[in-house]
Amino acid sequence: MSSTTDQPAALAEGASFGNVQARSAATINAVSRISVRHLDFYYGANKALKDINLELPDRQVTGMIGPSGCGKSTLLRVLNRMYSLYPGQRAEGEVLMDGRNMIAPDVDLNELRAKVGMVFQKPTPFPMTIYENISFGVKLHEKLSKSQMDDRVEWALTRAAIWGEVKDRLNSSALGLSGGQQQRLCIARTIAVRPEVILFDEPTSALDPISTLKIEELIDELKRDFTICIVTHNMQQAARCADQVAFFYLGELVEVAPAAQMFTAPREKRTQEYITGRFG
Amino acid sequence: MSASTLSHAPARDPAAARALGRRRSYMDRIITAFCLAATAIGLFFLASILATLLWRGLGALDWTVLSTDFRPTTYGDDTLPKGGLLHAIIGSLIQVSLATLVGTPIGLLVGTYLAEYARGSALGNAVRFVSDILLSAPSILIGLFIYQLVVLPMGGFSGIAGVFALAIIVIPVVVRTTEDMLQLIPNTLREAVIGLGAPKWKMIVLVCYKAALSGIVTGVLLAIARIAGETAPLLLTSFGNNVVSTDLGRAMASLPMSIYQQANSGFPDLIAIAWAGALLVTLGVLVINVIARVVLRKRT
Repeated sequence: MSSTTDQPAALAEGASFGNVQARSAATINAVSRISVRHLDFYYGANKALKDINLELPDRQVTGMIGPSGCGKSTLLRVLNRMYSLYPGQRAEGEVLMDGRNMIAPDVDLNELRAKVGMVFQKPTPFPMTIYENISFGVKLHEKLSKSQMDDRVEWALTRAAIWGEVKDRLNSSALGLSGGQQQRLCIARTIAVRPEVILFDEPTSALDPISTLKIEELIDELKRDFTICIVTHNMQQAARCADQVAFFYLGELVEVAPAAQMFTAPREKRTQEYITGRFG
Repeated sequence: MSASTLSHAPARDPAAARALGRRRSYMDRIITAFCLAATAIGLFFLASILATLLWRGLGALDWTVLSTDFRPTTYGDDTLPKGGLLHAIIGSLIQVSLATLVGTPIGLLVGTYLAEYARGSALGNAVRFVSDILLSAPSILIGLFIYQLVVLPMGGFSGIAGVFALAIIVIPVVVRTTEDMLQLIPNTLREAVIGLGAPKWKMIVLVCYKAALSGIVTGVLLAIARIAGETAPLLLTSFGNNVVSTDLGRAMASLPMSIYQQANSGFPDLIAIAWAGALLVTLGVLVINVIARVVLRKRT
């Protein structure tokens, strides 16, 4: 990972952080960044995920589709241990990242969440200025000088394709931005921490078509540097954004396949019925 | 009911329908009249109280009232020096501000505990229940409590006892508003902070408090307005004083206590000063309430 000091250089090249040496190998069978093995998840006594096995390929987009309540968002919330906020929710099995089981009780959750960032369904700007929204997460994990922080904020906002719109009002409240801008700000905030994986939980379901298009283009651009996992209800979105698609139904992972195959020749009957709109 | 039974239902009799419509509109007018009458009665008493207060209070309020402390009655002799409420104004300012300083942090932390740490837990529900009881407890009981706890051991009435009594009234008000305001914050905002890798305390202090700030400030202002007019808890704690005193170890005057004492005196000149004091308290509470509304509106 590049150090913060050569960040402007990385910016100039249009390159970024992450494992630069592996970038050329970005095919669907790339190295797995996160491996989910035999994962069960419970809301109290209710089993919401059943024996999930899934590989998230490095710097690829994995789309997760399925009807409401099928467990796709639940799986997303396992990957950054968001469920640990709520007593009564528990996971069993393995979520391997860098050879460690991330759902083990001794994992440092703040460190994990710095590595696995998340963007939510509704834009969640903090009640602060645009600049502070970005620097907030960075300050949690790194000590940067003022100029380094300025660079980081500009870098993150640029990567999230919103720099041009906000560069003249970094010190005004983030709450004054439009919904689409707020969502890109939230993406910038997530990127700024320099995670390795970014989880998107229906990131465009609250946005208009133009903003949706911008976010989708952004996701496509971001996958050069980040491993991405996106939950969506929109089949076209999954087809446009994802390299690999996983179909969930009633807490089971029914099928996982490259996007092209999934939407043209699914192996499972249930998958075919869902993607053709027969149910869900 | 199936469609076939519906289609066989008899058509409505137009005359009966008209009669029903008339009955409904009469009923509507009667209910409206009752509501208006009740409003008028309520407003009449409110206006009457305010008018009397303004009439008697403004008549008595002058610079002497604001700048001198207690003097005995002049028995209508204008050559004797007239008294005022300076001691009570200063005493009230000291006790109310110190009570706010003592009670607000406690209330804030308890409210934070209830909203952020103890949602749905048995202990949290118990604390919330006790706090709500405290919110509506007769304030003389709080005075009695502090009397036992502070006044008796200290051997006499004191300003600090008054501060404690008022602080106990502040706590449940701030607890409730803090908890309510924090609960208004959507969980997705909390998850967004946690999702960046922030520890929970940073989430609360740096984001939740900021998001709930105007609501919490409003709660504190309402608590101040509430204790500014409290008499009963001070009767048994700081009691009152006829001279300007800033010594928290001795009895201390306050506006409500001075109003109570001078209004009871039976002398017209002292009663007039009590009216001036009542007007001052009411104006103070009014100003605080207006500020609270402005603060709350700013956020929406």
